[in-house]
Parts: sequence; C-alpha cells; structure tokens
Amino acid sequence: MESFLNRYRNLTVLLVVVALQLLLLAWQVKTSQDVRLLRVWSVSTVTPVMRGLEFVRRNTIGLVGDYFVLLGVREENRRLHEELGKLKMQNHFLDSELATADRVRALAAFQSQSPSKTIAARIIGSGTAANSAEVFVDRGTNQGVEKGMAVVTPDGIVGKIVEAYPMASLVLLATDPSFAAGVVSQKDRVHGELRGLGHGNCKITEVQNEQKVDVGEWFYTSGYDRIFPRGFPVGQAVVVRNGSEGKEIFLSPSGFQGGLDEVLIVLEGVHQLIPEQAVAGTGIHMMPAPPPDAPAAAGPTADMPQTGNTDADRLKAAYKKIGDAQGHVYGEGTPPNFNIKVQGNPAPAQSMHPEDAVGATEDSGEVHLDAPDYAAEEAAAATKAKQTTKTAPALKPAQTAKPNPTTPGGVPRATR
Amino acid sequence: MSEFGERLLTDPGRKKTRGDILRSLSFILVPFLAILFQVYATRLFEFLKFLELPLLVTIYFALTRRQPIAGVLFGAAVGMAQDSLSQQLIGMYGIVKTLVGYFAASVSMRFDVENPVLVGILSFFFYFFHQFFFWVLDRALLGHLTTFDAQQTLIYAFLNAAVALPLFHLLDKLKARA
Repeated sequence: MESFLNRYRNLTVLLVVVALQLLLLAWQVKTSQDVRLLRVWSVSTVTPVMRGLEFVRRNTIGLVGDYFVLLGVREENRRLHEELGKLKMQNHFLDSELATADRVRALAAFQSQSPSKTIAARIIGSGTAANSAEVFVDRGTNQGVEKGMAVVTPDGIVGKIVEAYPMASLVLLATDPSFAAGVVSQKDRVHGELRGLGHGNCKITEVQNEQKVDVGEWFYTSGYDRIFPRGFPVGQAVVVRNGSEGKEIFLSPSGFQGGLDEVLIVLEGVHQLIPEQAVAGTGIHMMPAPPPDAPAAAGPTADMPQTGNTDADRLKAAYKKIGDAQGHVYGEGTPPNFNIKVQGNPAPAQSMHPEDAVGATEDSGEVHLDAPDYAAEEAAAATKAKQTTKTAPALKPAQTAKPNPTTPGGVPRATR
Repeated sequence: MSEFGERLLTDPGRKKTRGDILRSLSFILVPFLAILFQVYATRLFEFLKFLELPLLVTIYFALTRRQPIAGVLFGAAVGMAQDSLSQQLIGMYGIVKTLVGYFAASVSMRFDVENPVLVGILSFFFYFFHQFFFWVLDRALLGHLTTFDAQQTLIYAFLNAAVALPLFHLLDKLKARA
C-alpha cells in the first residue's frame, strides 16, 4: 500500500486535494453556510492593498488626469477665444449692416418726404487728386445723373457732381477748397457763400461784419447757386468773428456727420422753406406755441382775416387790404398809400410796437428784394403749422414740436 | 577531505540565500498580484476582463516547477483565493486550477516548456480547459444552467496565450535576477 502511494504520489495528492475541495463544496451546498473564515482572510489580505492602490491612483493618476483636463481647458479656452473673435467680427459686421440699413431707411424717408426728385447712390471710391475732396458714386448718366447736380444726405448737403460718366459720377465734396454754394442763415437770413477748406470744416464768406450771426446758428442752402435747392441744411456755425474783409464764419457741415456711404443725387430740385428756429433745434425740448392772448383777439384786428397769429402776419394782411383797396399790385409801380384807412385796418403806428414795425418793414423789404415767393410761402407755412398746433391740442408736445436733434431740416432720422 | 568539504557534507541545514528568499516570496507575491489585478484592474479597465492572470500564473509556476504536487497545491491555493473573493462557492476555481496545475506540471516533465510556441499552445489549451471544466462543474455540481460560448472562449484563449508569452518572459527575467 505504501509503495503504491509512493508510486502514485502525485496523483494521490491531486485526488486528495480535489476530494477535499469537493467535500468543501458539498458542505457549502448542503449546509448553505459559507466558509467565512477563508473569505475574511482573502478579503483582509487584498482590500488594504486595493485601498492603497486606489489612494495612489487618485492622487497620481487623478492629478495626471486633472492635468490633461487642464490641457483640455487650455485648448477649449483657445478655441473659445477664437470663437469670440469671430463673433466680435460678426457683430461688427452686423452693426455695420444695421447702420447701413438705418442710413438706407433714413434716405428712403428723406426721399419720400422731400419734394425734390432724388436718386440714391453709393460711394464707391475716392478721387485720386491730391488735396482735393472728391468721391465716386455708382450712379451716372445712365441713371439720369448730370454734371452740376447736387448731392445731399438727409443731414445736409454733401457736394455736387463735377463729372458724370455712364456708370459713375465724380462728386466734389463741400469740404473741397474749390467748392462753393450759396447759403443763408436760419435766424436772420444772412446770405453768404459756403467754401470748403480742405479739411473737416467749411467757411462762409461774403458776410459783412455788421450782419448778425450767432455761434451754433444753422445755415441752409439759399438756392441762388442754381445747384442746391433752397432749404437744405448745410451745417452749424462753430466759429463766428469779425474779420478785415468781413465776418469770418466757420461751419461744421452736417452732411458728413453720419459718415458717407450712401448719398442722394438731386435729379430735379424743388426749393423748400427754411425751417423755423424751433425745428432746427439741437435736441432741446420745446413746448408748442401758446394760444393767442384774449386781448389781442378782442382788439382792433380781431375782425381781420386770420392768416397768422404774429404781428407780421397781421401787418401783412393789413397791407394787403390797403393794396386791394387801391387796386395796387405789390412789386409793380409806385408804392400804395399806406396812410389811408381801410375798414378793419388799424392805423399802423397805433397797432404795433415801433420795433415790431421796423422789423416787419425790414423783413418785408428783404422779401420783396430777394425772394418774395419764399417769404410768402414761409409765412403761409408757419401760419398753417400754428393753426395745426391750435387745432390739435391733444397731441403731446413731443409729437408736435419736439425738434429732431440730428436733422435740422426736420427729416426724421431712422433710429434703432 | 578538507574541512570545508566536510562541513558541506555534514551540514544539512544550509543557509538560504537571498535568491531563495526572493524565489519563495515570488510564490506568494506573483499570484497575489495576479489576483489583485483580476479584482482591481478589471474594475478600471473593463476591456481587460478577458484576462485570467491567476490561471496564467498557475500555469507558469506549474511549468517552471515541474512538480505535480507543487502544481496541485499552488493551483488549489490560487483557485480558492480567487473563489473567496467572489460570491461563488469556495472550491470551484480551486478544483479547476488544481487540475490545471497538476496537468501543467505533468506536461512540463515530458516536454520542453522553454519553447515559446509550446508555451503558447499550452496556455491556449489550459485556458480553454479551465473555462470548459469550470462550466462542467458549474452545471454538474451546482446545477446552474449556464451556456458555454465556445467561440468566445476560443478567442479569449488565444488572447490569453498571446498575453502569456510576454508575461512568462517577464517572470523568467525576474526569476533569473533573483
């Protein structure tokens, strides 16, 4: 027996070991009990090492992982920076597009409101001449553009066409030293000649030192240059001083303030009225005109036809009655006798203050000599505007008389 | 006979060298690390679940020791340790790895297990045998109606054989250093 075991020792050991394990299995299955001790030993041996490994992993591999995460963050940061740059460029582009849309809308509004026939043009380049302010626009003779036409924006005049080609035209800007245009001040109707200086501002010449021009006063085209229709804003006086050859007035042209991208070429100009002072304000809120005083309504001129509420209007109406009574047409022949009494007309000296009378006389004289039609139109328009104000008291002041800060000509500018 | 020669002949309790100690330690450390890998690394790297490192270690030690009894005991210990770290009954892997250890040691006594091709084939075969015999035991002893996926087992056997070659080479290097 012993020799048998020695001979098959390996096999015997194998069988014994397998048999023991089978018995162990059978015991576990039969009793449904676990060999807990063996498990405790194994788990107690393995788990501390696992815990240590996990600690090391978290503090080393975790750090390495965090490093790679940070690398990713750096990459993401770079990518986000690039994206931000792109978005900024896109934003600038959209802003530019929006501004262009605003300008186009303003041009369209101006075109719809202006009685002059205009055509929109885009500036496509600048002239090559040194020390000159010239630009090319994309409209030419094919679109009806001719040499000598005025170029404006809703903000003011820009220049004039000096060369017209089939597909483009060359515009001499108002800032060019060779540019000239007739202008008139808004308040005192002082006439002058606008000339470019070669830089941002312009100068108004041919104004006597005795004539009154204030700093900040608006100038409008007078229409006498036969290029620019009357009533287009030109700019605001920034410097006014007396000089050896007359008043030196430097003017900031308003047509360039919004930038020059799109302009309007005046194909058929229509003279317009020079707006009232209130319309040409610079952002100051103004209340509507007060209603006429009761004593004035009950006064001697109460029975006169109400063509206006100012003393000048009443004086003008009185003179018209005098002229009608004598069959006189103003502007022809000798002046009528203003001393005769016409029914409903008061004696001029009794009804007006001396300064009013002087002012009216000067004004009427200027009107008769220079441009009587414009003065009459302006007076009629002012009367109409005031009557409108009177008949619409429910309107808010801002709707009726709030001046547009950037459009002295009263053209509404598109806002964002 | 010289005094040194006499002492060698008469002193049966020869002092263990550092290499012997390391070799003995490797018997414990290597299977321990293999089990640790099986328990811990596969949690982090799911794709390494196909690896049966305790089995490969059992094969390696059985082949290198060339002693069936040592292979039996080594396999039984590794298998039972592996069982004890799972929910299954203790003895399932024990029996299977006992058999693997025995057969691997028996084969090593008859063939040249230094040949890597043979080592690869043996690893492939023993992995398949290990999985198949475990499935048989599971069905026969415990009555679990599990299925045996032969195709997957063959692929895994191939992969384990592929891993076994460099692993055995590494363990050989460690053994040579010791």
